[in-house]
Amino acid sequence: MTVDASSPPIIHAVPLRHPWRWVAAIVIIILVLLFLYGAATNEAYGWATFRKYLFDQRISRGAWNTIQLTIYSMLLGLVLGVILAVMRLSPNPVFKSVSWVYLWIFRGTPIYVQLVFWGLFPTLYKNIQLGVPFGPSFFHLDLQNLSIPFILAFVGLGLNEAAYLAEIIRAGISSVPEGQSEASTALGMSWGLAMWRTVLPQAMRVIIPPTGNEFISMLKTTSLVTAIPYSHELYGEQRNIAAVIFQPIPLLLVAATWYLVITSILMVGQHYLERYFSRGISRTLTDKQLEALAKAQMPGEGHI
Amino acid sequence: MTAAAKTPSTTPMVLAERVCKDYGALQVLKGVTLEVQKGQVLVLVGPSGSGKSTFLRCINHLEEVTAGRLYVDGDLIGYRERGGTLHEMPPREAAKQRRDIGMVFQHFNLFPHRTVLGNIIEAPIHVKRVKKAAALERARDLLDQVGLSEKAEAYPAQLSGGQQQRVAIARALAMNPKLMLFDEPTSALDPELVGEVLDVMKKLASEGVTMLVVTHEMGFAREVADQLVFMDGGVIVEAGNPREVLKNPQHERTKAFLSKVM
Repeated sequence: MTVDASSPPIIHAVPLRHPWRWVAAIVIIILVLLFLYGAATNEAYGWATFRKYLFDQRISRGAWNTIQLTIYSMLLGLVLGVILAVMRLSPNPVFKSVSWVYLWIFRGTPIYVQLVFWGLFPTLYKNIQLGVPFGPSFFHLDLQNLSIPFILAFVGLGLNEAAYLAEIIRAGISSVPEGQSEASTALGMSWGLAMWRTVLPQAMRVIIPPTGNEFISMLKTTSLVTAIPYSHELYGEQRNIAAVIFQPIPLLLVAATWYLVITSILMVGQHYLERYFSRGISRTLTDKQLEALAKAQMPGEGHI
Repeated sequence: MTAAAKTPSTTPMVLAERVCKDYGALQVLKGVTLEVQKGQVLVLVGPSGSGKSTFLRCINHLEEVTAGRLYVDGDLIGYRERGGTLHEMPPREAAKQRRDIGMVFQHFNLFPHRTVLGNIIEAPIHVKRVKKAAALERARDLLDQVGLSEKAEAYPAQLSGGQQQRVAIARALAMNPKLMLFDEPTSALDPELVGEVLDVMKKLASEGVTMLVVTHEMGFAREVADQLVFMDGGVIVEAGNPREVLKNPQHERTKAFLSKVM
């Protein structure tokens, strides 16, 4: 093979035209402008009320409660989700079935129905006792005297979320090559130790991006805790105000704005998280591995 | 079947008595009988699907034997025999048996999220409860033995295939096994990296490590092995002194196979 010394001229081709893209874009822009004009001039939107309540203290407190609900329920969901996923994949048939039944119930019924049920929990069970049946009691919790809607709200959300996170974690665990657990087994590790030391750390790369999605999704799902009923999160507070001043539309827009802002912040965070984890695989591998391979292929590197 | 090689001590390191393995209707091993004395090197060769890897995996109970008996250093593998009945072995005891049997895989199976040192000290610390300082010292010794001292802090992905396999060998040796199993340790390597792995294995053999090696490297077999076993279709077709078997195979199957790989 011979190499031609003179490189061929760079191609200057006439680019393809896309007239219909322009037409579509212009039509959409006109429609959006018309809608915005309509909305701005429509009294029913109540923009004055919107501005008045956008930074109302009750709304921002509601937003804070929403964030807290999201964090607590996701934490509960994660801990329980890992346990459920590991149980589902364990060789123990009892663990497997318990996990399967849990997922079946919590994924098979709507979250709203579950939340209503948790709201009725204190009616079903007047108090919680821990002790020997028909014997002495060590721990006693009266569900009637406690104001526990917040606890019921995040427990209800967390128990439901655990079922979905369990599936995500299970997919992550399954993505780790079989050779990894085999190598651990061959070194004399027990199933649990291999899971904890070898498989789960590697599964994290696959688990984290969809868990970020679930986090964002949970932020919005918290609006359903009105079913408990718990009404001190963003959606509930907005409704409380709207019920007093008889103006539901501007307050809904206030809540929507807050949700959108918080979600956007989370999305930015997720973007960086995902980039970090995908970079972990591709870049470090290529650069350093190529270097190592180049070294290894040099003659005289063979040892001993 | 047993090769007359080194002086046999009282208990053989590996004793297989008509070992069978089937997956439902598929019979992979159809009665394999062999013996490996302490300090011996046995090389298993044969076409793919002949059951040689499965047999190797049975020895540390990664696969369950379905008939016959398999003993390592006198211990029945995978089962407990009480009054003529076999009982399934609790996972804890199976794990205990595996501690003393090192295994090296075709695809290395190093832990990608741990450094080279981390890979080697993992099992000693968490399985054998060795103190970290002692484990690290031993790991550095082993890395020195396989010629990779300068790679201690590297991650597996930063190493070449040959280097990864040498780390895998060091990782297995860190448990001080009485027996080493090699499952096609050089098959996934580029040709020019095969030599560095074989060199490490030759050195181990010369130090008296008992080894069972599944490989296609006939040169290694001729040079290092005390016994060569040719398997096909789940049975041992021919076994004996490697130089004799390679030079003068008795069976048609062996002749046909050797003519293709040599």
